[in-house]
Amino acid sequence: MTTEAAVHTDNHDHGHHDHPAWLAHHFDDAQQQFDAGKFGMWMFLVTEVLFFSGMFCAYVLFRNRNPEVFEYCSSFLNTKLGAINTGVLLFSSLTMAWAVRAAQLKQHTLLVGMLGATLGCAAVFLGVKAVEYTHKWELGLLPGKLYVAQVENAVHADHHYLRNVLIVPLIYTVIGLLYYLYSIVISSRLHRQIAGPVFVSGVCFFAGVLLGQYLESGDHGDHAAHASHSTSHGDEAGHDGAASSHSGTDVATANAATPPLTLVSDSSRLLNPDVFVSPVEQEIPRSDVNNQGMAGLFFSIYYCMTGVHAVHIIGGMVVIIWLIVKAARHEFHSQYFGPVDNVGLYWHLVDFIWIYLFPLLYLIT
Amino acid sequence: MSAVTSPITAPVTTEEKVEHHYLNHSSGFLSWALTLDHKRIGMMYLAGILFAFFLGGVFALAIRFHLWNPNKDPDLALFTNQTYNRIFTLHGAIMVFLFIIPSVPAALGNFLLPIMLGTKDVAFPRLNLSSFYLWVIGFIFFSFTLATSGIDTGWTFYTPYSIETTSSVTPATFGVFILGFSSIFTGLNFIVTINTMRPPGMTWFRMPLFLWAVYATSIIQVLATPVLGITVLLLAMERLIGIGIFDPALNGDPVTFQHFFWFYSHPAVYIMILPAMGIISELMSVHSHKGIFGYRMIAYSSIAIALFGFLVWGHHMFTAGMSDITTIVFSALTFTVSIPSAIKVFNWVGTMYQGTVAINTPMVYALSFLFLFTIGGLTGLFLGALSVDMHLHDTYFVVAHFHYVMMGGTLVAFVGGLFHWWPKMTGKMFNDAAGILSGVIVFIGFNLTFLPQFVLGTRGMPRRYASYVEEFQELHRLSTIGAATLGVGLLVAGIVLLHSLFYGKKAPKNPWGGATLEWECSSPPPHDNFSSPPSVGDPYDFSKIEYDGKSGGYVKK
Ligand SMILES: [Cu+2]
Repeated sequence: MTTEAAVHTDNHDHGHHDHPAWLAHHFDDAQQQFDAGKFGMWMFLVTEVLFFSGMFCAYVLFRNRNPEVFEYCSSFLNTKLGAINTGVLLFSSLTMAWAVRAAQLKQHTLLVGMLGATLGCAAVFLGVKAVEYTHKWELGLLPGKLYVAQVENAVHADHHYLRNVLIVPLIYTVIGLLYYLYSIVISSRLHRQIAGPVFVSGVCFFAGVLLGQYLESGDHGDHAAHASHSTSHGDEAGHDGAASSHSGTDVATANAATPPLTLVSDSSRLLNPDVFVSPVEQEIPRSDVNNQGMAGLFFSIYYCMTGVHAVHIIGGMVVIIWLIVKAARHEFHSQYFGPVDNVGLYWHLVDFIWIYLFPLLYLIT
Repeated sequence: MSAVTSPITAPVTTEEKVEHHYLNHSSGFLSWALTLDHKRIGMMYLAGILFAFFLGGVFALAIRFHLWNPNKDPDLALFTNQTYNRIFTLHGAIMVFLFIIPSVPAALGNFLLPIMLGTKDVAFPRLNLSSFYLWVIGFIFFSFTLATSGIDTGWTFYTPYSIETTSSVTPATFGVFILGFSSIFTGLNFIVTINTMRPPGMTWFRMPLFLWAVYATSIIQVLATPVLGITVLLLAMERLIGIGIFDPALNGDPVTFQHFFWFYSHPAVYIMILPAMGIISELMSVHSHKGIFGYRMIAYSSIAIALFGFLVWGHHMFTAGMSDITTIVFSALTFTVSIPSAIKVFNWVGTMYQGTVAINTPMVYALSFLFLFTIGGLTGLFLGALSVDMHLHDTYFVVAHFHYVMMGGTLVAFVGGLFHWWPKMTGKMFNDAAGILSGVIVFIGFNLTFLPQFVLGTRGMPRRYASYVEEFQELHRLSTIGAATLGVGLLVAGIVLLHSLFYGKKAPKNPWGGATLEWECSSPPPHDNFSSPPSVGDPYDFSKIEYDGKSGGYVKK
């Protein structure tokens, strides 16, 4: 009995010395905690890859079925914006990797800076994406059943999609600014280091929006004639769009029971083949391409893949802000930098998935 | 001092002192709701899934009582056809997603895995708690479905019907999505725990077979569930904005939905059965008081089942219009999965041979499993054979087959395991005679329910129909009587367990004579499981364990 009690007391004391605040009670040492965290993150990344794999499968299936539709629809995606976003994400991977090193070396200010830079890049990415999305919505380049493309005429231009999308980032930025001013008033280094990156990332988002708008309009410079055309027929176009979308859904429900092949050739489902011209001069590959089951399906896949990816970017931003809070509190050191390392791994994966999405969606023309 | 006392030498007299264990470690609602202790999380899961099982069981009885009559005239039927569709869908969806998948891993696994492994907790206790709350949120989504217009697609959500129906498919898909992540995080947690937290001496091949089974299960949970996640997410998008990927009206492909769905849902069958096999490996060995026969083969076959399980999903779609060569390949691969399953069955029988088999409640359930699982497995071969499947597809033969595996296999093993570890979890012994009685009633009731369904299926009774031709009435009535018997058996089992909570004798440390680590800590275990790292030996070496009349349990020599 006595020996056992002694052994136990010994363990107990030992436990206290060995378990600083950053080491969870059920781990023996820092190494075990780090290994468990890292292994867990790798497992999580495997699930993420499998999560995306379903959509990649769908992409392969439907592209294989109608390769010409995919190539044709891809020309509606703005390659310049996609390329810029690719560059932005690659750069953010660099800053993230640098952040891991800064965490190991206890360079706290550099760590906050690098995490802030990564956060800013993520915001630029989302800003550009917001322009891309809303521009397509205005043209009616929507997924599946909602698809009502009239590329010549911005069918939904009066919806002010972009303006509506900007509301939430604006609130985020204003809160970031107020928080930053507050941190200056109370002259707290901790709060300033948290508020700074949050505010800057909000500004970065709007910088991304401006950049996207500039390039998106530049890209359509050679289509200025169409643009003026669209204003003069704005009303008519809106009417057309509504009418054809209506007939589209009707046919969709009416034909639900018939096999898909007949639907493809069903000319009543064509929205308006004559005015459907892609931004780059290219021939329409088949007469029924401007159709919810053709171009609409491509845009379904486009929105699903890039949308889920964008959700992952937003999720990454949330955990990076969490890291910034910890970094501003000087919590990381050479024995404890697992969270930065693991979020880094996650961030590289999100980057990596975009590296696949960009060529598969933008560069197949 | 009593808390410090090592349970290995704990004298029986500690009974009089207030013993310190995980149940009285702290008290109050929040001490449970915010607990990070894997044992408490396991117990909360247990309560939750048993409630889900009760709900699913009520729906099952509703189905059976509806089919008491052929229902030629829908006005005289117990339920309308529409209601019937909703009842069988909710029965399936609740049983699969809320009960069977989390049953053994999340409830028993959570409680046992760290103790069997000799660690203080799982690798990520917070993630573990959030898995439980994700399960609760998933449950809420299902309850919402139940409270609104129900769901009538069958638990498989096949498109295009699931896109068109006006029932609450969307909340159900969100429920499945959330439950999927609950399952992924549990699996991830277990894999990391087993890989990185084994104490010194706990080598891979000193792990109890239950842990091998849970490990194999976790691999499937991590690798298959994300595909279900994206599938139901796309289905939800299909309903919300009509993306068309699975909708033939928009050039989409409903067979792709079936591929995606079964890529998860076939491996999910092994999420359900593998941990049950792990339970049986423990029960067979401990209650035969004999080392497990073919330890390595059972361990490897668990991993083999997990991996092969990913290659056979197409056998659910033999009649869906796949190419001939695809169906032949899927059929051949399906037969290969039966090999590791058969290896296990032979090893369990080999374990009992020349053992000292104790006929107690857990063993009665284990023997029942052996019989029912074998029937379930063998009838699977009929369905895996292409020509026979053409006839049997979507009949009651399929229903009977998977109930033999899922209910006769997983549920029976789960109840057996629950009886086996109940003294450890609650510190109370149950009435063994009444427990055996429940096992016998369950066995009889089960066979009475589902054997007639094999016959119904071969005679062409399609599944999911609310009415049938009169010649099937006798068999249907037999089945309904069986279902009622089964319900009574499970009710008895529940009463036995509840009774033990209030009137049960205090459980000894090791009531059955097991050699795995959980029997080395007190019943119920202390908050930290082990005050010092336990000494790890062969988990199936019973030579040093003998009965001790004083404590009513077994002790180490
Ligand atoms: Cu299967």
